[in-house]
Order: sequence, then structure tokens, then C-alpha cells
Amino acid sequence: MSQNSAMLQKDKTLEIKIRHRFSSFELDLAFEAPNGVTALFGRSGAGKTTVINAVAGLLKPDEGRITLNGNTILDTSRSLYQPAHKRNIGYVFQEARLFPHLTVRQNLTFSKRFQRFQTKHSINKPPALKSALNEEDLIELLGLNELLDRRPAALSGGERQRVAIGRALFKKPGLLLLDEPLAALDMQRKSELLPYLERLRDDLEIPMLYVSHAVSEVARLATTIIAINKGRITRQGPAAQLLADPDAFPQLGREEAGAFLKAKLLSHDEADGLSTLAFSGGTLLAPRIEAALGAELRVRIRARDIILARKAPEQTSALNILPAIVQRIGNQQGPIVDVSIRCGEDDILARITRRSLNALELAPGTPCFALLKSITLTRKDIGIHEPRP
Amino acid sequence: MEWLREEEWMALALSLRVSLWATLLSLPFGILTALLLARGRFWGKGLLNGLVHLPLIMPPVVTGYLLLILFGKQGMIGSSLYNWFGITLAFKWTGAVLAAAIMAFPLMVRAIRLAIEAVDPKLEQASATLGANKLWTFTLVTLPLILPGVIAGSLLAFAKAMGEFGATITFVANIPGETRTVPSAIFAFLETPGGDGAAIRLVIISVIVSIAALCVSEFLAARTLRRIKGQ
Repeated sequence: MSQNSAMLQKDKTLEIKIRHRFSSFELDLAFEAPNGVTALFGRSGAGKTTVINAVAGLLKPDEGRITLNGNTILDTSRSLYQPAHKRNIGYVFQEARLFPHLTVRQNLTFSKRFQRFQTKHSINKPPALKSALNEEDLIELLGLNELLDRRPAALSGGERQRVAIGRALFKKPGLLLLDEPLAALDMQRKSELLPYLERLRDDLEIPMLYVSHAVSEVARLATTIIAINKGRITRQGPAAQLLADPDAFPQLGREEAGAFLKAKLLSHDEADGLSTLAFSGGTLLAPRIEAALGAELRVRIRARDIILARKAPEQTSALNILPAIVQRIGNQQGPIVDVSIRCGEDDILARITRRSLNALELAPGTPCFALLKSITLTRKDIGIHEPRP
Repeated sequence: MEWLREEEWMALALSLRVSLWATLLSLPFGILTALLLARGRFWGKGLLNGLVHLPLIMPPVVTGYLLLILFGKQGMIGSSLYNWFGITLAFKWTGAVLAAAIMAFPLMVRAIRLAIEAVDPKLEQASATLGANKLWTFTLVTLPLILPGVIAGSLLAFAKAMGEFGATITFVANIPGETRTVPSAIFAFLETPGGDGAAIRLVIISVIVSIAALCVSEFLAARTLRRIKGQ
């Protein structure tokens, strides 16, 4: 029984192994993407888009093998190449790429006329979407009801991207590819769209491959991170673990470094306009979060917002004083050091100066306190998952 | 109608018929050639491009003479057409259609090719990821988007066919009621003493038809463009 379910689990993954030569560098990597969001993370030009284009069938790599849900869609050693239109994959591009001559509704249903053909001829499995997520639910979830009769020219950037996501999902794909879907949007639109992506991650049972160069997005969305540099994988692992790893930086980008905590919304303090969150290491106070009590939260904590202390300070304005234990200390070459600390069962990352590190005599195993100002926990750092009724 | 004599009416009707057929028959080939030139990558693309443009740069008389050699009753293609299908082109109105189509072809292809090149191939990629094969992608994405260009190219070809003279008169001569199109008729009237009046009337008609074609083309293209841009 358990072996059976393990096999089913295995069945739903994407396995990739590709080599492709460019004039300036060679792409050579292999990885597996389980359910949830696998973030392909790296600078532009690292080869991220090449990877997902190869998965989608828009690029034929020199050498490689790609397996989706147990079916081989590419195997250069056997000259097997399934063309893009036969692959059971949804693709959300950076620039939406909606068909300008069609309405939103026609864009969404574009893949419909090929679906019969798909199931008849494609070797891929039938829809992997949860049955609860039918087309009406998708329209509802992505907030497309008002837009159905409009044309792409009359939509905002964020709306277009939502339609593009809907269009890819109407195909009922076994895998969703997203190529920097937020990169072309301004801050406002980004924070508008992020909750939709979070809901998809939580409500869909398909693997998603998410290309991004922004740590803040990755920290909110990713369940697995694969860091790529110049065509090679430099780091890979579960997001919580990797983001709290002081040695994973600067591969992941220095400025925005920081881990995330899984928390639950416990209560609201109406008088002060604060909310209390519970996590494995205690409670956190944050500016009021508009969500139902019991909602699951994913709280991103930037490394540079943490202050470390050996003794619990008294009479400080920082509302969150969390007992912690130093886990690991990162590279000590420069003036700045990243320190991984454990609060309860969660790891978070703190960024301090080397001088402070030495003054506090911090070493792995040292008990300490992490101070966190509540005001640093802004709305855009908090992902909300409210259980569906 | 008092102001156009029967002979002049015949020329106008023939010109319209010849131009319409020339445009309609060359349209599928025009779209295919434009697609090949815009998106194809194959050996001999430059050669094809040159061949398509040849009628535009050669003297029309030369084109007409080459047509006569190839499609005349004794010609390489013409004789087979006659032997197998009983079709004669030389000195027939159908020959005028061929001459007009060939002369108008480069203009049509150019307009459609420009339209195809303006379509973002990324949209075609998106269509592929949604399950559409090449043919469906062309039908559902590319063709609707290039429609203004197709309309413009067709109208341009129609106008060119209406005005075609050199190749036509060389290939199919100037037979009243059979191959005497408006330009050939104007030429014939000018050669005839006292034919000036008829020539002037046909000139005015030509100008009106050309301007009307242009207006219709602009109107249709603007309307489809509005639809595509989504207003």
C-alpha cells in the first residue's frame, strides 16, 4: 500500500537531464521536480529559460532525456522527440502572449478544440488537476469573471498574466511552466498576482516549474529551489532549508537573503492593530493581517532585519524576542556574516557584522535571542493560505 | 447608360472579370509564397524571392513574350495544357487572367510578407504549447493577424491587374470582347481617328475604379486592424 502510493508520487514528477551547447557556455544539468513549486533560480543568462523551453518542446537540446509523469517526452539517445503541441504541459510566458484578436474567453478556451486529440494521441496521462478545480473554479480563483468578454488590449499587465495562467491551466496540463511571470509587472501588480500563484500552488496537484531571478518571489512561492549559474546547478534542495543556509549565498543573491517560517494566524489585537502568529518556536507579532483565524501563513524574514543578542533585552521596542540556537556560520571573508539560527524547528537567517559575531562570541550551539521588529513583517512578505470552505 | 458605348462597357466588364479572377486565383499562392519567404529556412530562398519579383523589374513586354513562349499553343506548358485538358490561354481572356496574375503577384506577396513578418512568432509558440499543430496555429493565430495585410495585398493586386497592359497585349493581343481590357481599349481608341472621347471616358473610369479599390482596401484593413487590436 505504502509502496503503491510512493510509486504514484514518483509517477507525478518531472525528471530532466539535458546538455546544450551555446556559443558562450554549455548547459549541463539534471534534476527532478516533485509536486509543488520548483524554482529555477539564477541570474538572467544562466540558462533557466533554456531549460523550460526544452521541457515545453520549444527548444531541442543537443542531448537529453525528459520524463514527465513516467512518460518519456524527449530522449535524444533514442531520437525520441515529442513536439510541443503534443506535450501535456502548460506554459505561462513572461509577456503573457495572449492572442490579441481573441477575447479573454476565447483565449482561455483556445486549447479546447485540441483536447480530444490530446487524450487520443498523447501518451501522457489524463488531467492531473484536482477534480474540484474545474473551469468555473479556475475563473473564480483567478478572478477572471469580469474580464471574459474583453480583449487583451483592454487589460492591465496583471490581468493579462492572470488570463495567461488561466489559459495554460484550461489545457489541464500535467505540469505547469512559468517563465518569470511577474518580471514584466510593477511592484503593485506583482503583489496583486502573488496570492493567485500561492493559491494555485496550494490547490493544484501538479508540479510547477517556476523560473525567477527574484529571491522575494522564490521565498514566497518555492517548495524546492534549484539554483543555476552558467548552465550548471550550484545548489538544490527544499526551499526552507536552502534559504536558511548561510553558504547558499551569494549564489541566491545577497541583498534579499532571508528564510521563511510556516505560521498560523492565532489572534488579532484590535486595540493595537496587531496580529499574533504561532510557529514552532513560539509566537510572532505582526501588523494586522487580513485573514481568517487559523489561516496558514508563510512569513518571509529578511536576514538583515534580525538583531542577535546573547541576553534577552529588556525595555526594547522590538516586539519579537525569539530564543534561538546558532546552527551555522557562513563565510567570514568580508565585514558581513550570515548566521543560521534555529527557533523551535524552523531555521532562519540573520545577517550581522563580523565585529558583532566576534563580540558576541557566537559559534554553532550558542544559545541566543533573535530580535525582530514587527514593522519589518510587511504584507508583501506574508503569503496567506486560507483553507477552502 | 448613354455615356458609355457598348464597346467601352465590354472593355470595363472584361477588365473587372480578369482582375477579379487574377486576384482570387493568385491569393492562395501569394499567401504560401509569402509564408515561405517570411518564415521558411531553405536552400534557394533567395532564388524564389528573385523569381517572384522578376515581373516587377522586367519590362512587361518581356514577361508577355515569355508567357507566349511558355503558354502559347506550341509552348512548353501551353501545348500540354491543350493536349491534356483542351485549355488554350494565348489570345483568350483566361490568358489575360494569367498575365495579370503574374504581373500583380510580386505586389501581393510583398504586402502579405510584411504582415507575416509583423506577427510575433512568440504567439505561434504559445499556440503550440496550447496543443495546436502548425496548420491550426496558422488558421487560428497567424491568418487572423495578417488579414489586414492579405486584404491590402489583394486590393493592390486587383488594382495592378486592372492597369496591366504590356504583358497582356503581348501575350493575348487586343481582341475586342475577348482580350481588350480597359488599358488595351484606351490604347486602341487613341490609335483610331476620333477615338479621343472614348479614351477619355475610359481614363476617367480607370481612375474611379483605382481610387475605389484603394478606399475599400483602406477601410477593410482599418476595420480588421481595429478588431485585431481589440477595440
